[in-house]
Amino acid sequence: MDQLLQFLISGLTVGSIYALVALGFSIIYNASDVVNFAQGEFVMIGAMSAIFMLKAGLSYPVAAFLSIALTAAVGLALEKFAIEPAKNATVVTTIIITIGASIFLRGAALLIWGKEIYGLPPFTSNNPIRIGNATILPQNLWVMLGTAVAVLAVKYFFDRTRMGKAILACSFNKKAAYLVGINVKRMLLVSYGLSAALGAAAGLLVTPITFMSYGSGVMLGLKGFCAAILGGMGNSMGAVLGGLLLGIIETVGAGFISSGYKDAIAFFVILIVLFVKPSGILGKEEAERV
Amino acid sequence: MALLDVKNLGKKFGGLKAISDLSFSVPENIIFSIIGPNGAGKTTLFNLLTNIYPPTSGSIFYNGREITRMPPYRIARLGISRTFQNLQVFLNMSAIENVMVGCHLRSKSGLMASAIRLPSVIREEKEVRRMAEKALEFCGLSEFSHKPAAGLPYGLLKKLEVARSLASKPRLLLMDEPAAGLNDTETTELCGLIRQIRDSGITVLLVEHNMSLVMEISDKVLVLNYGKLLAHGAPKDIQENPEVVAAYLGE
Amino acid sequence: MKRLSGFVLFALACIATPFIFPDNYYVTVVGLTIFVNIILAVSLNLLMGYAGQISLGHAAFFGLGAYSSAILTIKYGVNPWAAMAAGALFVLVLSYVLARPILRLKGHYLAMATLGLGIIVHIFFVQADQLTGGPDGISGLPTLSLFGVPIDSDMKWYWVLCSYMLLSVLFSLNIADSRAGRALSAIHGSDIAAETMGINTSKVKSHIFVFSALMASVAGSLFAHQQNFVSPESFSFFFSIELVTMVVLGGLGSTFGAVIGAFLLSILPEVLIVFEDFEVLIFGAILIVIMIFLPEGLFVALRNKATMLLSRRLGES
Repeated sequence: MDQLLQFLISGLTVGSIYALVALGFSIIYNASDVVNFAQGEFVMIGAMSAIFMLKAGLSYPVAAFLSIALTAAVGLALEKFAIEPAKNATVVTTIIITIGASIFLRGAALLIWGKEIYGLPPFTSNNPIRIGNATILPQNLWVMLGTAVAVLAVKYFFDRTRMGKAILACSFNKKAAYLVGINVKRMLLVSYGLSAALGAAAGLLVTPITFMSYGSGVMLGLKGFCAAILGGMGNSMGAVLGGLLLGIIETVGAGFISSGYKDAIAFFVILIVLFVKPSGILGKEEAERV
Repeated sequence: MALLDVKNLGKKFGGLKAISDLSFSVPENIIFSIIGPNGAGKTTLFNLLTNIYPPTSGSIFYNGREITRMPPYRIARLGISRTFQNLQVFLNMSAIENVMVGCHLRSKSGLMASAIRLPSVIREEKEVRRMAEKALEFCGLSEFSHKPAAGLPYGLLKKLEVARSLASKPRLLLMDEPAAGLNDTETTELCGLIRQIRDSGITVLLVEHNMSLVMEISDKVLVLNYGKLLAHGAPKDIQENPEVVAAYLGE
Repeated sequence: MKRLSGFVLFALACIATPFIFPDNYYVTVVGLTIFVNIILAVSLNLLMGYAGQISLGHAAFFGLGAYSSAILTIKYGVNPWAAMAAGALFVLVLSYVLARPILRLKGHYLAMATLGLGIIVHIFFVQADQLTGGPDGISGLPTLSLFGVPIDSDMKWYWVLCSYMLLSVLFSLNIADSRAGRALSAIHGSDIAAETMGINTSKVKSHIFVFSALMASVAGSLFAHQQNFVSPESFSFFFSIELVTMVVLGGLGSTFGAVIGAFLLSILPEVLIVFEDFEVLIFGAILIVIMIFLPEGLFVALRNKATMLLSRRLGES
């Protein structure tokens, strides 16, 4: 029982990170029908830049803010220079462009920050809190809290603000959105920026627990993709749910089977979901028009 | 016996009844047209007949055999072929290759035999090419046979779909709005082509908006309105049917 | 024989190269890598280029072939050829079972499923150390013999891999120009139309999936014997991506496009070695730039340009 509680705590922690990455995925997917394989690199860039800004002597909050802003700028640049020029690209083409972007960003990170593994200090004290026989680190709580705040903010943005609604309009029908006077190009940029910022936030939250290096983004990105599919591609809250679930399944699976197979368990679950219900938990089935 | 028998066919999309309780039969070797206002369910009917999606209720018999919910490729095997309202040409191939795909059912080389290119494959290839050329010629497309399909104008692509279907030597051909987007000359040509198809022994099921075309060439006409059968009969009777007139003029 | 004139030229070039440049590092060492990559790219192109089904896990089948050979020959003393056949049989069964559920998916979902498959297989190579030797892999494979001649030098391997490579290219060209190939292209063009033309699309797709997996598996077995060593690194997610890049770089749907793509990407590291740390960055940049400006691929774009110029010339005269 205690063991299960412990798994649940770690599961929700990684799950929160997956949820943020998956949320970023689904924002971009909704706005532009692109599955962004560089999503994980946003996480890595957010964390790595914060680490080096701290090293350069900036205070934690300033470094955090600047690294999120920097990553958002990378997101904007990705849209501007890699996605926008490839008009009318097929699914395969956009997949390869974003894979290319992922490799490119990783290459850049390797050049700038090298191959070493870095960590970030926890936001507050590092004294474990005991719940029965299970322990929880303050940083675990920060991760969950940070994720909850980010998710609610995103939800507020899409439900309540003019710009959020305009982005949603683009995702339903670009031409119609354009005709009612929405600047579709700018909305795409905003969604990439927002998605990158979410990624960076995930990176800041998780690095005090798991460390970061130039290549850490790949697996995080792929897991975010898994979570987005698990929840239902294109459904933002589904993505969050998928992320949390994936985190828990993975941690429990790793605990009971073998930690070496942790990643395999996640992908195995996704394969099963794809075989049984590709539209995911909250997704709708689509019919092809002839 | 009728070639095609539709019994109590129904299709719902969510709560919307696209087709409800539709029954009719199509005798062999005629041109049978299905007309109706926009959204009457004509294309849906074609998609049900070829099982692009399955009906919610009812059954379809072809040549005395039930084909409801049979996989589309098996329906094709029985001799039913179709064209599409919004073209489904293989734009990644040349015109003749498109039509050669139509010959799929009349040839049989498998993957391994093709990879090794057995003598039987080479022989069959020649035969298929000849059949495809014949179908292209029938539709007046011979001069375009080696052009990439992606570069052909709309009117020719419509004909190319017909040629592709004919290459499979169907017994029943479903044509979904073949005249849409064609100019007057092209429509007249199409008229002749559809007649020729019927005269070659193929039953034609036609969905069309162009009334003068329908009334001119059809042997029988069926009118759909909101997914229901409104009238059914010879073109002349349909033209004089007050209910049909009302449906088209919008009450 | 106009149909195969390109193939004959290519084959002659491959045969002539070691005579023109004897004992050249780029021929006998890099050349072997190029051949293996060409086989893999050509087999992936059958699935991705012809049938239009993306696969981000092709390296899995390559790896399963390689590991089958390594494990069976070293741990169980099986004859290398029998081990190769056993590996192929295993891949055949596995790919056949997986083909239908996987290929029912489209677009991003298909990408995810194939990617997942590749990653699971790779993790298995790393984790099942009792069987696979873990991250260190397995070394010391026995020498492969062909008709009693041991294949024990780079030059002999050149001829073996060259033959298999040419065979793969020939198969691929033959398929393109056949009923089976047209069925694949038809599925690529419009799977609904393909189905209504009587093509059993799920069967055709799974057949090409299995065929392509088999080609990769045999390539894996040969690769294992040639390297004398297998380790998980050679069969990672990144290698699957590299294979996709090869196919796309040359031009999806063109056999020689896959050949050119594999060739370029295999020598790229040799060239980029000068730039050391810039290698990853440049690799990513090439991918993006090609996809934006030449989405049809390098080889196909050049070929189309050439035919256009040629037909214009002929039109003028």
